Amino acid sequence: MKLKPLLAALALSTGILAPMQASAATEIQWWHAMGGRLGEVVNEIAEKYNGSQSDVVVVPTYKGGYEDTMTAGIAAFRAKEQPHIIQIFDAGAATIINAKGATVPVADLMTDFSIEDYIAGVRYFYADSAGKMIGLPFNSSTPLLYFNKDAFKEAGIDAPPKTWEEFEAIAPKLKEAGYIALAQSHSPWIFSENFHSRHNLQMATGNNGYDSTDVELLYNNDHMKMHWGKVKQWLDDGHYGFYGRAWGDNQDAFVQKKVAMWLGSSGSFGGLTKSAEFEFGTTFLPYWESITKEPTGTFIGGAALFAMAGHEDDEYKAIADFFGYMTSSENQVFWHKETGYVPITEAAYEDAKAEGYYESTPDAEIGILQLSLPGGEWTKGYRLGYYVQIREVMYKHFDDIFSGSASVDDAFAAMEKESNALLVRFNDTYK
Amino acid sequence: MKRVQFEHSAIPYLFVAPQIIIIVVFFLWPAAQAIYQSFLLEDAFGLSSQFVWFRNYEDTILSESWLQAAGFTVLFSALVTFLSLALALLLAVKANEVIRGASTYKTTLMWAYAIAPPVAGLMGNLMFNPLIGDLYKFLNAIGWDFNHKLDSFDAGFVVVLISVWKQVSVNFIFFLSGLQGIPKSVLEASLMDCKSSLRRFWTITFPLLAPTTFFLMVINITYAFFETFGIIDTTTRGAPGGATTTLVFKVFQDGFRGADIGGSSAQSVVLMIMVLALTVVQFRFIERKVHY
Repeated sequence: MKLKPLLAALALSTGILAPMQASAATEIQWWHAMGGRLGEVVNEIAEKYNGSQSDVVVVPTYKGGYEDTMTAGIAAFRAKEQPHIIQIFDAGAATIINAKGATVPVADLMTDFSIEDYIAGVRYFYADSAGKMIGLPFNSSTPLLYFNKDAFKEAGIDAPPKTWEEFEAIAPKLKEAGYIALAQSHSPWIFSENFHSRHNLQMATGNNGYDSTDVELLYNNDHMKMHWGKVKQWLDDGHYGFYGRAWGDNQDAFVQKKVAMWLGSSGSFGGLTKSAEFEFGTTFLPYWESITKEPTGTFIGGAALFAMAGHEDDEYKAIADFFGYMTSSENQVFWHKETGYVPITEAAYEDAKAEGYYESTPDAEIGILQLSLPGGEWTKGYRLGYYVQIREVMYKHFDDIFSGSASVDDAFAAMEKESNALLVRFNDTYK
Repeated sequence: MKRVQFEHSAIPYLFVAPQIIIIVVFFLWPAAQAIYQSFLLEDAFGLSSQFVWFRNYEDTILSESWLQAAGFTVLFSALVTFLSLALALLLAVKANEVIRGASTYKTTLMWAYAIAPPVAGLMGNLMFNPLIGDLYKFLNAIGWDFNHKLDSFDAGFVVVLISVWKQVSVNFIFFLSGLQGIPKSVLEASLMDCKSSLRRFWTITFPLLAPTTFFLMVINITYAFFETFGIIDTTTRGAPGGATTTLVFKVFQDGFRGADIGGSSAQSVVLMIMVLALTVVQFRFIERKVHY
């Protein structure tokens, strides 16, 4: 692509827009993807940190969505104008971690760093195969089931479903009460990646991609196909609502009481409390009892902060200091309460508990509880190259399943073939 | 006798320099970069790269998803070009004949001209929203089981409709001025010879409009190929099942979303060749039939 002029433009704009520093404070550029209310909270964090000391000034800049931010960071890096800190999302983790020399690992940067301080579900997602943390988990979320309590009352249902078998039992009752039972907002994340984690199933060879880039995707398995066959069945029976792949359109269907249950992110909690005009509750992501009697936890979604390579030593000291502030209990609890994202350290979780936050808002704890469920061999996450495109491939074939233009078997066979071709390309590029 | 020899001065070169520099910096240089990158497998951050000949071309344009996108692009461009030209011509001819309130009609029809494709796309997206969209509800109310989130025909309908709507006003302006440029005397002479207004249109007016039509055709094909990107990105995003993915949108998805620089460069180069070929065909074979 025609990146060079873009780079030049970017370099120019960042150069011109960067405020002049009169004092000797080290300036740290932080590019992030947090828009709207989340962006305001990010700015508040930076202000609080800047006010707390005088050596470092953190300048947060909103760069658009996750993909836009990653692209901007890549373009800037190629023009040698990279920011100090960049927020990279889960699906882009392989791209930045496998590019040797693009980042400085968090574990090397921070003094007295211990991975044991972090809560179980977030420890290894952004770590290398040896368990060394590369990116600092920032906005960490996990898929949860939200349910409309009023709708459940109308349909005469006491409790939200724990399993998909229970879901199938209550869906007709909700239909009678005038609701579509379920919608969800991210089929690769919720119905594929975390589906595997919840049932402790392997999703890719090479230790889910952590050990190597020479791997194959294992989505074309009987459990996945069973699940998607069921989802298609629910769609045809009027128990599942599909409002396109946009996150918000499916969430809106829940807010507007078209659907009684919605699978979204633990990070959606804050927004829903403002937009939903009914009482709702949250619970764990359901599992299939036919697959496992002992469901395991989920892993985090969201994004992490990476320190980019190519800066001065004193700047890295400043970054380390800022990361220290980011992981402090005080800041983690603030972030958790303002946004609904989970705290990433055990200490912050204990503090929020001690404050009595979960007694007043028990639903805010569900995400952490789910992440703290017993882990298994395959609950640590994944590290797959070109995963952004693989998600596109998945969306494409999920559409085909829903529209009936391909059978579940054919769709998954095609998905496997196209995804593995992308993984081969990635391996050849990054080996 | 001494031959008159003009002194060559550097000044004319200075005058054309800004234009030449713009072309080199913003068109030739990026195009050369794209060709160079299309032969490389390079990590996103540019830390390592290897020369792989035509590997990127093989991997991308031989894939099913690229072929699907190519098929849709051809169909989509043909439909958008034809429909927006035909509709604009019809409206221009009718508006040209109106006597009372002519300027009101004309201004209203030109209005959409200032709207950028992404804005048109956002507006369309709202109108076709399954929860609140009026057009979505209307189409379902008249008995069309309309669902552009799942049905590829319906999704194609949405993007073609928005793209045509956005382009009609541009074409309308050109056709209207083209019509007004036709000498009155010719039209009056034809009126003596032929009673049928339809026949007069096809034998006299339409051929005289040919230069305008040809120009608009070139412009519209380019629009359908490239500029509709903003509409696709704000409405269907290539869904469902990749049915509304155009080639440009795929370049964007792979390059700007997926960070596969070599693969998307190869696709850009192929797209460049396609458009070049199309332009050659247009000027060599179609322009011959145009009389200025």
